[in-house]
Amino acid sequence: MSPVEAGQDPIRVLVAKVGLDGHDRGVKVVARALRDAGMEVIYTGLHRTPEQVIGSAVQEDVDAIGVSLLSGAHMTLLPRLLELMREQGIGDKLLIAGGVMPDEDVVELKAMGVAEILGQDTPPATIVATVERLVRDRQALRAG
Amino acid sequence: MTTTTGAAAGLARGVLAGDVLAIARMISRVERRGLDAADDMAELYRAGGRARVIGVTGPAGAGKSTLVAALGGEFRRRGRTLGIVAVDPTSPYSGGSVLGDRIRMQSLWDDPEVFIRSMATRGALGGITRATADAVAVLDAAGKDVVLVETVGVGQDEVEIAQAAHSVVVVSAPGLGDDVQALKAGLLETADVHVVNKADREGADRTVAELRAMLGMSAGDGWRAPVLPTCAESGQGVDELAAALDRHHDWLLSSGEIDERLRLIARHRLKTLLTAFVHERVDRPMPGSAFETAVEALCRRTTDPWTAAHALLEEELSGRSKGRP
Repeated sequence: MSPVEAGQDPIRVLVAKVGLDGHDRGVKVVARALRDAGMEVIYTGLHRTPEQVIGSAVQEDVDAIGVSLLSGAHMTLLPRLLELMREQGIGDKLLIAGGVMPDEDVVELKAMGVAEILGQDTPPATIVATVERLVRDRQALRAG
Repeated sequence: MTTTTGAAAGLARGVLAGDVLAIARMISRVERRGLDAADDMAELYRAGGRARVIGVTGPAGAGKSTLVAALGGEFRRRGRTLGIVAVDPTSPYSGGSVLGDRIRMQSLWDDPEVFIRSMATRGALGGITRATADAVAVLDAAGKDVVLVETVGVGQDEVEIAQAAHSVVVVSAPGLGDDVQALKAGLLETADVHVVNKADREGADRTVAELRAMLGMSAGDGWRAPVLPTCAESGQGVDELAAALDRHHDWLLSSGEIDERLRLIARHRLKTLLTAFVHERVDRPMPGSAFETAVEALCRRTTDPWTAAHALLEEELSGRSKGRP
């Protein structure tokens, strides 16, 4: 299949909340924005464990996993997610995080393999464009 | 992405071994409806045929996902491995969709013997699309004992599910407006088991009674579809539902009706695929300029669309297609 043909398939994204915080208004807005951009969004709800998120991502064969963290536990949860992705054979998929975290953590997390970290004020349009760009780049890389 | 036959066989082999990654990737491949799925699917289809396929359908808001999760849990307690395909409509405007059925199936997430896949209809007619039937075939080949297919829809979609499943559960709930009326339109006969979910709500008794009355009118010989009240949220009535489905399956086998059902499924499958192939051929540029020649002829009115379409179809079917993948 040529990259152009591959590009016609809708991008599949799993959107999850991990950790203890109970705010899901933001992720729901993001889920809708991604849908309106033509993506298939698997929304998994609140309070998911990293194991549940990655288990679902494997079965759903998504291109990207978007997690929202507002609890401050990003330095434990995100590395754990990356570890599970590698363990379960989807280390080639994208992990994109949203939430509030200090700049030095962002640098460290990206070095670990988090594809992008979007601050809590990122407009939905930017999130959509970022997911689109990262997924298409990854697909092109694989096809090329 | 280039796929050699060897790699394709590898994916099918992974599915047959029950490998979760292989199953997931195979389903993506059939969802893309690409030609690269054909070799694997040929292998998987031939290896399948052991899973019991149960369709669960009904109007939005009836609580289908929760019921599927509860029923799935009940089948697991009975020692059966499980595949779930949850189909949701694609937005005709954006082409995207939010697939949220999985949330309600959380009770099954941590069970390695359960594979759940959310699918969007991607514009195909009918809630249960060609790709859904393929996904069921993948899970079947992967060794799942029971495959539950959940579709939302109205009319046509719900009838279509009957042509892909051994047993069909039609779910309604009290207070959905004209739900019972809506079921009349073709769906009443489709159900092997009727469920009135959210039976703890007011009006449930009446919905059950209405359904029973209507089914009484259409009494035939053989299987009589029971009407079961459930409350999927609390699990009430779910064991009865599983038992009713087991009874239906036993009846299919003992009455010999299973052969008729399998023939119906096969016939529908072949017809759907054949239609899809013809569609794809027509959508792609026709080989040579036969199509464009016909267009020109139409403009000059030296032919008519009926004659031209028939001629092109004949041409397509008679060997010209051989050179194409």
